[in-house]
Amino acid sequence: MRHIISILMENESGALSRVAGLFSARGYNIESLAVAPTEDPTISRMTLVTNGSEEVVEQITKQLNKLIDVIKLSDLTEGEHIEREMMLIKVKAVGEMREEIKRLADIFHGRIIDVTETTYTIEWTGSGNKSDALIEALGGTTILETVRTGVSGISRGEKCLRM
Amino acid sequence: MELTGAEIVIRCLKDEGVEFLFGYPGGAVLHIYDAIYQQDDVKHILVRHEQGATHAADGYARSTGNPGVVLVTSGPGATNAVTGIATAYLDSIPMVVLTGQVPTSLIGNDAFQEVDSVGITRPCVKHNFLVKDVKDLALTIKKAFYVATTGRPGPVVVDIPKDVTAHKTEYEYPDKIEMRSYDPTVKSHTGEIKRAVEMILSAQKPMIYTGGGVVLGNGSEILTELTRYLGYPITNTLMGLGAYPASDKQFLGMLGMHGTYEANMGMHHCDVLIAIGARFDDRVTGNIDKFCPDAKIIHIDIDPSSISKNVKVDVPIVGEVDPVLRDILGLLKEGKSKPDKTAIEQWWKQIEEWRSTNCLKFETNDEIIKPQQVLTELYKITNGEAYVTSDVGQHQMWSAQYYGFEKPRQWVNSGGLGTMGFGLPAAMGVQLAHPDKTVCCVTGEASIQMCIQELATCKQYNLPLKIILLNNRYMGMVRQWQEFFYERRYSQSYMETLPDFARLAESYGHVGMNIEKPADVEGALKEAMGMKDQLVFMNFLTDQKENVYPMIPAGAGLNEMILI
Repeated sequence: MRHIISILMENESGALSRVAGLFSARGYNIESLAVAPTEDPTISRMTLVTNGSEEVVEQITKQLNKLIDVIKLSDLTEGEHIEREMMLIKVKAVGEMREEIKRLADIFHGRIIDVTETTYTIEWTGSGNKSDALIEALGGTTILETVRTGVSGISRGEKCLRM
Repeated sequence: MELTGAEIVIRCLKDEGVEFLFGYPGGAVLHIYDAIYQQDDVKHILVRHEQGATHAADGYARSTGNPGVVLVTSGPGATNAVTGIATAYLDSIPMVVLTGQVPTSLIGNDAFQEVDSVGITRPCVKHNFLVKDVKDLALTIKKAFYVATTGRPGPVVVDIPKDVTAHKTEYEYPDKIEMRSYDPTVKSHTGEIKRAVEMILSAQKPMIYTGGGVVLGNGSEILTELTRYLGYPITNTLMGLGAYPASDKQFLGMLGMHGTYEANMGMHHCDVLIAIGARFDDRVTGNIDKFCPDAKIIHIDIDPSSISKNVKVDVPIVGEVDPVLRDILGLLKEGKSKPDKTAIEQWWKQIEEWRSTNCLKFETNDEIIKPQQVLTELYKITNGEAYVTSDVGQHQMWSAQYYGFEKPRQWVNSGGLGTMGFGLPAAMGVQLAHPDKTVCCVTGEASIQMCIQELATCKQYNLPLKIILLNNRYMGMVRQWQEFFYERRYSQSYMETLPDFARLAESYGHVGMNIEKPADVEGALKEAMGMKDQLVFMNFLTDQKENVYPMIPAGAGLNEMILI
């Protein structure tokens, strides 16, 4: 099953490699990983998407908790949560396709943020699986570049992951 | 007063109460060595190879419970130390390793003797640090000791660039430290402890299975009390030997791949398994699908990630062994229920039947020395009181089987990583910590050659080790597997040329002995033990084809043992 794990960790050099190293050393999957400092610059927040059985995910959270730099973590998928991912996608846009792509972008609530005579760059934000749908919908055109930030997530309601 | 980083390093060690610093100098740590030269508080032990430094510090740590401390230079100094760091990591040994690093301005430049020490050691340390500013140095070293010695212990590396050791700052060493991202204190769940007590009392065929965690957590005394109160059978893992007195009738010996018949059969047939400070390692469980098929399992461990990692357990208790066992015993004594006496008597009858196979029996003869004979004699002559270190292989298993350990920390071996070359340097650390005690290193002719250079260190510091070399001219355990599983194709497991070990030892300034006849074993051991002030290297020529029995082949269950 897909799990979204949110991690608060010391914002120190090497902290990210400890997490990445743990996953590769123990053979766990990382689907995506997004990390940046929080309102407290000494703390980073990481959102990690992984796949695995309940036993594997239990081990993943235990092993992550064991890392000395990890302050706190929570498995967002255990409760109500919101997830978002941003994607920048550059496509070939010539002739009739220009209108078609514009329409598609609108349907997916994307914005065209850069235009040349032959290309469009679309900015899109949404939940993880929708990004795949957009990529699929653009299948009729030529995708030149796809840049995804990876999923960020937060719990719904008053539940918080904080110090 | 301002001190240099180098002076701060040594002051930190002094304030931390470090007795011995095991190390080897080099360019990046020259400032620190200069600071060592100018003081007498911390005694530096000069090894002959950095691997030796880590194993010696490890032996010191295992036999005392205090952290072992190591100082090596950058680059090859650090990489040579990695095997010893990983050895300590796999067995959860508290250790602080200070590695020199090239100056901060050169980091990342492929400078002379530069490696990414933090990167290389990351997967085999509990934590590591790179100190970039002298102002952070003392605090970082404090953190290193704190992390290494608390919770589930482990090695911590502190990488210190050369310029940091030259810069100056005010010295202040904190008494206590808190880290927001690391809180090793655990309060066990009282509900789980109650459930454990109920399950323990419900047992008809109980087994107590304990590991290195009991030794590390100083839980031996309460474990013994609890086990005797219950009257249940107990088995120890390789790492757990000594936590329960081997001479006690409730003790079934070691379990696992080369464990006793009674211990493994007891495990397989038990209905309640009480696992304490043990981690269900593959050498213990055999085929995991066939492991303890009828048992409800209680697992007590300080590390939550050890629980339900390999085997799903019914009652998980995260906590320190000593307080948890005290709580359990307290509840048992308070309650009205007692263990089921009739059932337990029946169970013991069954166990005694298994025990009567006498699975560790061996036959001696007049011609060739049996390795088991040497260990049995060694046990007698040292009254079972010696510290015993070992390397890795057949001799390690025979030591575990035939030297009955009565006390925790008496048995020092590399169980997790299985590091050949561990025994001799580890024994040095044990002897330094216990100068008046008999310290024996049981080894093989392959293992001993991996760190044999440390014989020079032993001479320099007058360490009167007793080295018991069981010399069968084979890498015995490799040969045994090749005999069983590769149709006797002894690929590269025979050593064509061996040194004359007795003369080699003599050339280092020690006493060397060759023992070739079974009749001479006892006399030689007695003579060697009589030489209190000298290292004696005993080269026993043993039976080349002797195998370690019993044995559970890989993939088999604990009830599928090969007896002799």
